[in-house]
Amino acid sequence: MSAETNNQIWEPVIGLEIHVQLSTESKIFSNAPTEFGIEQNLQASIIDLGLPGVLPVLNKKAIEMAVKFGCSINAKISNNAIFARKNYFYPDLPKGYQISQLDDPIVGEGSVEIEVESEKKLIGITRAHLEEDAGKSIHDKYDNLSAIDLNRAGTPLLEIVSEPDLRSAKEAVSYLKKIHSIVTFLDISDGNMSQGSMRCDANVSIRKKGETEFGNRTEIKNINSFKFVEKAINFEISRQIKLIESNKFIKQETRLYDSQKNETRSMRSKEHANDYRYFPEPDLIPLKISNEYIKNIKNSLPELPDKKIERFCSEYNLNNYEAEILNSSKEMSNFYEKIAQSVKNTKLIAKWMVGDFSAILNKYGSSVEESKISCDDLTDLLKKLDEDKISDPAAKKIIEILWNENITVEEIIERENLKQISNEDDIGELIERVIRENPKQLEQYRNGKEKLFGFFVGQVMKTTQGSADPKVVNKILKDKLKQ
Amino acid sequence: MSNPTSLGLFEQANLLEKKEISSSELTELYLKNIKENEDLNCFISLNEYALDEARKIDKLKNRKSSVQGIPIAHKDIFCAKGYKTTCGSKMLENFTSPYSSTVFDKLNTSKTIMLGKTNMDEFAMGSSNETSYFGKVKNPIDKLRSPGGSSGGSAAAVKANLCAFATGTDTGGSIRQPASFCGVTGIKPTYGRVSRWGMIAFASSLDQAGIFAKSALDASIALEVISGFDEKDSTSIQKKVPNFRDETSSKMNHIIGIPYKLIDKIDDSNIKQNFLDAINTLEKNGIKTKEIDLPYIEYSLPSYYVIAPAECSANLSRYDGIKFGYRCSDPKDLEDLYTRTRSEGFGEEVKKRILIGTYCLSAGYFDAYYIKAQKIRALITKSFKQAFKEVTVIAMPTCSNEAFKLGSIQDPVKMYEQDIYTIPANLAGLPAISVPSGSNNKMPLGLQFIGNHLDESKILNISHEFQKLTDHHVC
Repeated sequence: MSAETNNQIWEPVIGLEIHVQLSTESKIFSNAPTEFGIEQNLQASIIDLGLPGVLPVLNKKAIEMAVKFGCSINAKISNNAIFARKNYFYPDLPKGYQISQLDDPIVGEGSVEIEVESEKKLIGITRAHLEEDAGKSIHDKYDNLSAIDLNRAGTPLLEIVSEPDLRSAKEAVSYLKKIHSIVTFLDISDGNMSQGSMRCDANVSIRKKGETEFGNRTEIKNINSFKFVEKAINFEISRQIKLIESNKFIKQETRLYDSQKNETRSMRSKEHANDYRYFPEPDLIPLKISNEYIKNIKNSLPELPDKKIERFCSEYNLNNYEAEILNSSKEMSNFYEKIAQSVKNTKLIAKWMVGDFSAILNKYGSSVEESKISCDDLTDLLKKLDEDKISDPAAKKIIEILWNENITVEEIIERENLKQISNEDDIGELIERVIRENPKQLEQYRNGKEKLFGFFVGQVMKTTQGSADPKVVNKILKDKLKQ
Repeated sequence: MSNPTSLGLFEQANLLEKKEISSSELTELYLKNIKENEDLNCFISLNEYALDEARKIDKLKNRKSSVQGIPIAHKDIFCAKGYKTTCGSKMLENFTSPYSSTVFDKLNTSKTIMLGKTNMDEFAMGSSNETSYFGKVKNPIDKLRSPGGSSGGSAAAVKANLCAFATGTDTGGSIRQPASFCGVTGIKPTYGRVSRWGMIAFASSLDQAGIFAKSALDASIALEVISGFDEKDSTSIQKKVPNFRDETSSKMNHIIGIPYKLIDKIDDSNIKQNFLDAINTLEKNGIKTKEIDLPYIEYSLPSYYVIAPAECSANLSRYDGIKFGYRCSDPKDLEDLYTRTRSEGFGEEVKKRILIGTYCLSAGYFDAYYIKAQKIRALITKSFKQAFKEVTVIAMPTCSNEAFKLGSIQDPVKMYEQDIYTIPANLAGLPAISVPSGSNNKMPLGLQFIGNHLDESKILNISHEFQKLTDHHVC
C-alpha cells in the first residue's frame, strides 16, 4: 500500500467525530422509551413525530451523562449551554430540523491520552455536544417506495469532536477505542457499534511531512466498526496520496465507506453542502449548569480506564499491554477482577483472558457481555489450571467445550478424562514402561543422543493422552534415563 | 332580561350560579347566533357535541369553576383531541389532532363548552384575516371591513355575541389589533405565563396565548384559567398565578407612562386625539401619568420581521407531506414531493415569510439580520425595564388606524405596519391589553396598556378602571 511505502514523505491528518447514543431510558426531548429493536414507529411519541404544536423538554439524565463525559476528559463544562436548530429536509427528520448545539456546547475543550506502539500521545477534543438522533429510512422493504421508522428519532446523542491530532489510522482506532472505553466505563452508552450506538465520521487529509498547513480534507461518513475505521482511513490516505502524486486535486467532499469493496466513494461535494441555517432553539431556554452540580458529578465519577490500567499493573503485577486489553471494556475489566478474587495467580488469569478467552470471543464474534462462558466457569477453569489439576492443552480443550455446551468444567474433565496425572509414583511407573518398550532409543540416548529426550516425553504424553503433568514427567524421566 | 348572549362572562356566570339560565339554554342561544351570522365566517369548524356537553354540565350539582358551563370559542391554532385543527391552512385542512393543547385542556376541565374553532390568518401570519385558506372574516360592525388578524375570527365572534369569550394568540399583535378593530377587550399575557403546548407554532419566542372578552374583568377570569406553569413547555414560567379577578377590581395606585415622542409622530390626528382623550379621562379621575422615553422602539418592526420569519421558517419545515397534513398528488420523487406539497399547501403570505426567514438565517446573512435583530430586541427589552422603574403601566394606541376595508391594503409593508405599536410588547415578552377607547369613522379604536414582566394584574386593573369610567366597551 502506498500509504505505507510513502509514509516517509506524506503525513496523514485525521480528526474524528464520534456519535455516541446515550443510554437514557427515555428520549432526549420526549418520554418515549429508547429501546432498540421495537416494531417500527411504536416508540415514537407525538413529540418525536413533530406533530403541530408539540414542544421539546430536555431529559435531565442526558445532561448528567454529557457532564460525566466532560469531567472524564478534563473538559470545561459550559455553565450556560445553548441548543440550536440545524435545518435540513429529510424524510426521517420529522421536524425538518434537528435540535443540536452550535455555540456554547455543553462540553468544551478537553483531551484523552492514547498509546500506539508504546508511544503515548495526547489527543485534543474540541467539544462534545448533545443532540437528537434522526429516524431511519428503509429503502429495501417495498418496491419503489421508501419507508420511515421513527423509533430512533429523538434518541440522545453525544457528538464528540476531536482536534485534527491523529496521524495514522492506528492512532484513530486507538482514540476511538479510548472513547469507547470511557463511555462504557461511565455507563453512559452501551457502545455497541454494530447496533449503531456508536458511529464515527473521519475527516482525512494529507500533507508533506513538516508542513503546517492542512490539505483539502474529505469526510468519511458513518463508519460502524473499529476494523472499518482503520480500513476506511487507510484506503482514503492511499487514495489521496495517489491523487496528489499524479498532480490531481483533492475535492473537499463527503465520502461513504463500502466495507464489501473496501473503498470510499464520493457522496456529495462540500461545495454543494447544505447551509444548515443554525439558530438558537427558541423552545428551550439556555441550560444553566452550576459549578456545584459539576463538582458533585466529578466527585462521583467511577474509576476510569487510565487509572484502572495503572492500578492493574501495580496491583496485579501485569504489563501495560495486558492491563490495557483487560480494560478495553468495563465487562472485561469486571470479569478479570472477579476471577482475581478466587484465583491467586493474577498473571495466569491475564494471560488466559488476553489470549484464549479473547480469541474465542473473536472467533464467535461476541462481546464479553454476550460470552457463552460465564465468569464462574472461567474462574473454575483457571483455578484448576493454577492448581495443576489440569494441563494447559486440556484447558484449551475445555474452553472450547464450555463455549459450545451447557456443561460445567468438572463435568468436562470427567467426561473427557482430562484430569492431570501428577502423582510421582504413577508417572514413574508409566515412564518405566515406556523405557522398557523402547530399548533401541534408550541405548542411543545413553550413547549421547540427548535429543531423544523429547521422544520419551512424547511417548509418555501419548500413553496418558496428554494428561500427565509435564513438569513431573520431565523431572522423573531425567532420573530414570540416567539409571 | 336582555339577551344573555350580549352579557359578559362575569354576568353569565352569575346567572348560571343562580340557575336563572342553564348552560344548554345559553349554548342554544349562541348556536342560533352563529347560524344567523354565518356570513361573518368567524368559524372554521363547529363542535357538534356542544349542546350535549352543555346538558351534561347542567346536571352537575356544584359549580366548580368560574367558567363552568360558559360557551366559548377557540382559535383554530389550539390542538384539541379528536377535533380538526387547521391553523387556517390548506396544509392542515384535514388534520385531526390526536392530543390537546394545555389551553384547550384547562378550559375543558374547567367545564367550558367549546362551540367551535375560529377562523384566523393562515398559521397566524397576517393582520387582516385575509390570508385564511377558509376565507376572510368580516368585521361585525361593518361587514366590508377587516376584523384584524390573525385572531380575527375570535375577536369578531366575541363582538357579534357568538361566544362568551374566545382564545387567541398574539405573536406581534394578533390579539390586540383585532380586539381594537372589533371593539372588544383582548389581552396577551407575559411570554411564558400561558403554556404553548399544543398551540401551533408561528414564532416560538414571540407566540403567546391570550383572551378576547367583553371587558377587562371578564378577561381576567378567563386568563386565570389558562395561565400557569406547564412542565411540557420549557419556556413557561414557574410562578404562581395571582387571583387576576380580585386584583383587577382592587385598588391600585398607578402611574401611567406615556411615550409622548412616539405619540407625537402619529399622522392621523383623530387617532392621536382619541388616545389623548383617553389619557385625559384617566388623569381627570386622579390617575397619575408621566412622560417616558422608549429608545430603539422604532426599530421594533424591522427586527420583528427578521426574528418572526426566521423562527417560522424552521417551525413550518415539518409540513413536508411525509407524516401528516397535505401531500401533493403523484410526486415524481422526494424533491418533487417537498416542492409541490409546500407550494400547493401554503398560501402566499406564509411562503413569503418562510422565504424571508430562510434568507435571514442563510450563511453570510445571519449576522447582518438575525443577530442584529436580536441585539435590537435586547435593547428594546432594556428600555422597557428602564421605563418600568418609574411607572406601573405604559399606555399607547393599539393601532395607528381603525379597521380598514377588506382588500384595501395590498402593499405587504403597509400591512406589516399594522403591528407597529403592538410588536414591542412581544419582543420584550411583556403583557399587554387592548381596550375599546372610542371610534373613528364609526369604527372602534383601541387603547393599549403594556405591563412589566408578570404584571398582568396591573394592566387588567387600569383597564378595568378605564372601563368603569367609559362605556366604549359596551357600545
